Amino acid sequence: MLKLPIYLDYSATTPVDPRVAEKMIPYLVEKFGNPASRSHAFGWEAEAAVEEAREEVARLVNADPKEIVWTSGATESDNLAIKGAVHFYSSKGKHVITVKTEHKAVLDTCRELERQGFEVTYLDVQENGLIDLDTFKAALRHDTILVSVMFVNNEIGVIQPIEEIGEICREKGIIFHVDAAQATGKVDIDLGKLKVDLMSFSAHKTYGPKGIGALYVRRKPRVRLESQMHGGGHERGFRSGTLPTHQIVGMGEAFRIAREEMAVENKRIGALRDRLLKGLSDIDHVFVNGDLEHRIPHNLNVSFAYVEGESMLMAIKDLAVSSGSACTSASLEPSYVLRALGRDDELAHSSIRFTLGRFNTEEEVDYAIKLLREKIGKLRELSPLWEMVQEGVDLNTVQWAAH
Amino acid sequence: MAYSEKVLDHYENPRNVGSFGKEEEGVATGMVGAPACGDVMKLQIKVGKDGVIEDAKFKTYGCGSAIASSSLVTEWVKGKTIDQALEIKNTQIAEELALPPVKIHCSILAEDAIKAAVADYKKKHTE
Repeated sequence: MLKLPIYLDYSATTPVDPRVAEKMIPYLVEKFGNPASRSHAFGWEAEAAVEEAREEVARLVNADPKEIVWTSGATESDNLAIKGAVHFYSSKGKHVITVKTEHKAVLDTCRELERQGFEVTYLDVQENGLIDLDTFKAALRHDTILVSVMFVNNEIGVIQPIEEIGEICREKGIIFHVDAAQATGKVDIDLGKLKVDLMSFSAHKTYGPKGIGALYVRRKPRVRLESQMHGGGHERGFRSGTLPTHQIVGMGEAFRIAREEMAVENKRIGALRDRLLKGLSDIDHVFVNGDLEHRIPHNLNVSFAYVEGESMLMAIKDLAVSSGSACTSASLEPSYVLRALGRDDELAHSSIRFTLGRFNTEEEVDYAIKLLREKIGKLRELSPLWEMVQEGVDLNTVQWAAH
Repeated sequence: MAYSEKVLDHYENPRNVGSFGKEEEGVATGMVGAPACGDVMKLQIKVGKDGVIEDAKFKTYGCGSAIASSSLVTEWVKGKTIDQALEIKNTQIAEELALPPVKIHCSILAEDAIKAAVADYKKKHTE
């Protein structure tokens, strides 16, 4: 039996995998010790669990466990990485490069750096959402100290050329930070090969609990950070605060499952995504936002031209999807990511993000296709723009009374 | 976002959707908003020889509140003279639909649509 509403918003968050939840529970009840307690077995037991989880996180990305620092999530990791590195290396320069389509956790952190007197270049992306490497190279300055580029975009799912950017940064001795919140379990990450110095992770995008994340801090060559959270000197001074053992255990288990199952899972999810795309592709004026090739298999972001996104969401309330990203959906602004692709405002207002995941089925996708086809027809009947286009009017030639 | 029951009702069952033929006697059109802003409303009124609005139709590109606001004004303008229609204020629309503050602009747009349609009518009938 189909259960409604259908969850198609896995890039906003994922449910905790039942196997993960099961592993977490004992650390709330019986094994409650503080991993920093060195004087008794309760502490030792908790510390062992934390270190086992650290190994699992490191294994997924082929890093050394000593390079993993626990944080409260990717937002904190981004803040620690960017502010921490820029403050530490501020004697070397004051220029930072990032991208217009980054997550707000990176963009707002960079804005804060600008207020502190640093200079930030926000790179444009190409129409497909990807960075042009020549544009990137041209933006580099002799005083550039940090580059921050996300691995996978949260709205359109495109995969940035991290390997190439890493090579360029390493050659020039620039610290390279990557927000990989949307990448774990979706793309192969090999930090043995990638010349990345700092990488942010989140548990809850990969079937782990909310409120826990990690920052990878490279040891060879060593990257230094100024800590942002002061206190008991936990996590080798990078991030003070009592470690939440149960959350950490959950993240470790979630990342273990991701490592073992991602190859098979991504094929299955990719087939579902393709099925969804195929089911919508013969509707007139439907546009996929972002490159389809360099993209995770979980994401489909489409604009249904001449139908406004919010009214579309209302019409398809049996589907839990988002228009823009969850972080901006409370505002009336169209997605800044789609604007950065050069999509005109009308199409940016008409976009819906579908993100599929571990627990979606073919039956759910088929239901979604049927519902979408029906509602698009209804909303277009209601749309004056659709009517004008049917009459052959070019909307770009119309003199709109902007308000 | 939580919508009021009245917004949902107009959204689910919009009243008077459609268009009149442009050449039809007594028909005037008001088109307001812009695609870039996420709202475009087209309101058409059909005015009888006595100056009373006999019928109205709309099409709206926009959120649920925009659709509901325009659906509501098609009901309200019917039976009114064009001057009475001009007395409909956005605050009345917002109140009737219990629009939240971020959606007040939808009611303003609906008021503007009435004004635009009436202006079109007056322009056509003074020539």
